[in-house]
Amino acid sequence: MKQERQSTITPQALQPFDRQDSGLVLAHILFAFTALLLGGVAGVLQGLVRGGMITLPASIGYYELLTAHGILMALIFTTFFIIGFLYSGVSKTLGGSLYPAARKLGWTGFVLMVSGTVLGVVMVLLKKATVLYTFYAPMKASPYFYIALALVVVGSWLSGYGIFYQYRRWKQTNQGKVSPLFGFMATVTMLLWQVATIGVAAEVLLQLIPWSFGWTETINVLLSRTLFWYFGHPLVYFWLLPAYICWYVIIPKIIGGKIFSDALARMSFILLMIFSIPVGFHHQLMEPGISEFWKYLQVVLTFMVVVPSLMTAFSLFATFEIFGKSKGATGLFGWVRKLPWKDVRFFAPFMGMLLFIPAGAGGIVNASHQMNAVVHNTLWVTGHFHLTVATSVALTFFGIVYWLIPVVTNRVLTPALNRLGIIQTVIWCVGMFFMSASMHTVGLLGSPRRTAYTTYGDHPDAVLWMPYHVVMAIGGTILFVGVVLMIVNIILLLRAPSGHTEYPIGEASDEAVPTPRYLERWGMWIGLTALLVIIAYAIPISDMIHSTPGSPGYVTW
Amino acid sequence: MHLHRLEKIWLGIGFSMLCLFLLVLGIMSLTMGMAPPGGHHQSIDPAKVRETAPFDKPMLKKIGENEYEAVFLAYAFGYEPHKMEVPAGATVHFIITSPDVVHGFEIPGTNVNTMVLPGEVSHVTHTFDTPGEYLILCNEYCGAGHEYMMTTIIVK
Repeated sequence: MKQERQSTITPQALQPFDRQDSGLVLAHILFAFTALLLGGVAGVLQGLVRGGMITLPASIGYYELLTAHGILMALIFTTFFIIGFLYSGVSKTLGGSLYPAARKLGWTGFVLMVSGTVLGVVMVLLKKATVLYTFYAPMKASPYFYIALALVVVGSWLSGYGIFYQYRRWKQTNQGKVSPLFGFMATVTMLLWQVATIGVAAEVLLQLIPWSFGWTETINVLLSRTLFWYFGHPLVYFWLLPAYICWYVIIPKIIGGKIFSDALARMSFILLMIFSIPVGFHHQLMEPGISEFWKYLQVVLTFMVVVPSLMTAFSLFATFEIFGKSKGATGLFGWVRKLPWKDVRFFAPFMGMLLFIPAGAGGIVNASHQMNAVVHNTLWVTGHFHLTVATSVALTFFGIVYWLIPVVTNRVLTPALNRLGIIQTVIWCVGMFFMSASMHTVGLLGSPRRTAYTTYGDHPDAVLWMPYHVVMAIGGTILFVGVVLMIVNIILLLRAPSGHTEYPIGEASDEAVPTPRYLERWGMWIGLTALLVIIAYAIPISDMIHSTPGSPGYVTW
Repeated sequence: MHLHRLEKIWLGIGFSMLCLFLLVLGIMSLTMGMAPPGGHHQSIDPAKVRETAPFDKPMLKKIGENEYEAVFLAYAFGYEPHKMEVPAGATVHFIITSPDVVHGFEIPGTNVNTMVLPGEVSHVTHTFDTPGEYLILCNEYCGAGHEYMMTTIIVK
C-alpha cells in the first residue's frame, strides 16, 4: 500500500513519529498505567481480604476498594490506553501527522476525561459513591460521581470526533482510495463506542443526575439497568477491537509476515460493530421484567458476534503458518518454531491470543440463556473477565508498549528491557492462571462475586470455598508483582537509549483480493446497526417505561 | 468476498455448533419450561412493598401435594421469613421482591439464581429432592452488609 501524500525521499515508515502527536499519545499511555497501578493496589488488597489473610483498617472499606478497582481498571486504564493507541496509529497511517483540529479534539477529550476520573475517584474515596463500577440504582451516589462519569464519557466522544475528523480529511485528500487498515479499524472502534455510550449517557444524564440531585423523586430501576447493559456489552468490544487491531495490523509486521486478508479483517470489524450492540440482555438473563422471548432473541444475536472472532482466529493462524512456510517451515506445525517467541512485542500479545480461547468459550457459556443461572453473579464471571480484558486485552496492550513508547519518544527497545518484558508476561500468566482458574472453579460451586470476606455463619458450603479464595489471593499477589514490574518497565522504556524505532504497520499479502468498497459505506453499516438495536430493544424498553414503577434512592453503605 | 476453503470449513463448523447450541437452549427454554427466571411479568410499587399482599406477610404456603409457595422479601441486609422448612421432594415456587435496593437470591448447589429488583416481582421454582440445610445468599452487591445477607431453607 503506497501512501501518496508523502512526496519526500524518506518512506513514511522511516520518518520519525510526529513530535506534537507524541505528547498526546504519551499522555494517554502514562495516565492509563497510573490508573492500572492504583487499581492494582486495590485489587491485591481485595484478594488478600477475601482469602482471609488480612483485615482492612476501619478507614478503608472493601467495597470502596472494589469500586475503585473496577473503575480504574475497566473504565480508565482501558479507555485512556485505547485512545492513545488509536491516535498513534491514526497519526501514522492517515497522513503522517494529526491535523490541528484532530489534535485539539484529542487534548480536549483528554482533559475532560482526566477531570472526570479525578472527580470520580475522589468521590469514591470520600465514601460518597460506594456503588461499584456498574453504579446500579436505586443505590444513590453523590451527583458529583455521576457528573464525573459524564465528563469521562463526553471527553471520550470528543476524542472519537478527532479520529473521525482525521479519517474524513484523509478520505478527501485520497479520493477513491481504500483507507489504511489501521485508520479504518480505529474509526469502527470509535463508532462502536459512540453508539454504545448513548445508553449509559442517557442513564446518567436523564435518570441518575436529576434523581441524585433530588429533581426527580424516583427512578425506574429496570430501565436504568437496561440502559447500562446496552452500553456494558459493547464496552467489552471497545476493549477487544484495539487488541484485534494489534493482532491484525501490528503483529504481522513484528514477525516479518504479511496481513492474511485485508478485506476479511475489515469485514470482521464491521460484524463486531453490528452484533456487539443489540445484545445487552445477556447480562440481564436472571432479571424479572424482561420476557423470555426478548432474552432469547438477544442470546441469538450474541452468538452471532462469535463469528467475527472465529474469523479473526483463522486469520491469525493463517498469518502465522504462511509466515512460517515462507521461512522454510514444513509439516503441520513447523511454523510454530519459526515465530519470534523471544520477542516480547510478539510474545505478550500471543499469550493474549492463546488465553482468548478459554476466555471466549467461557463467554459463550455465560450467554447461554437459561444456563446462565449456574454462573450468574458468581466468581466464575469474575474469572471470565480477568481472562478476557485482564489477560487477552491487557497483555496485548502491555506488548504494544514495548514498541509504542520507543516510537513516540525516539528511543529503542534494548535486549535487557525485552527480557524484562518476557519475564513480566510470564509472571502475569502464572498469576492469572492461579487466580482465574480458582475463580472459575469456586464460582461453579456457588461462591458469589463482589462480596467481602464471609463464611455465611460458617455454613458448610461457604467453608468449602475458602481454599479457592486462598489460591485467588496468591494469584492476585503474583499479578500485583506483575503490575509493579510493568510500571518499572515503562519507567525504564522512558529512559531507554535514543534511536529510531519504526512504527510497525503490517502490509497486505500479495495474493489478497482487493478490498470491496462497500465496507466503507458507513451510512449502510450504521443504519443496519441502528435497525438491529431498534428490533432488539424498542419493545422491551417501551414495556419497562410503561409498566415498571419508579423507586426512591438509598444509601446503603 | 473470497474465503479460503479451510476458512469456509472452519466457519462452517463454528457456525453449526452455535446453531446447535441455540437450538438446544431454545427448545429446552420455550417448550420444556426450563427458561431463565422473569417470564412472569408482575410489577409492584417499591415504596409500598410491605403493605402490598402477599409481601405484607412473607411466609411459606402449601398449595398442593408437596407443592409450596414461598413469599420472600429481600432487603438490606437479610431475607424474610428468617426460617423456612419443607419436606424432601417439595416443589417450591419462590416469589420475591425488594423494598429497597437490588439484591440477588442464590441457592448454591441448585439452579436457583435470580435478581430481585425493586419495582418487579421475581418468580423461580425448584424441587428440593435432597434433604439438607440450603444456604440462600445475596449475590448482588447491595451495601455495607452485603456479605452478611443470607438465610437458610431446611429440607427434611
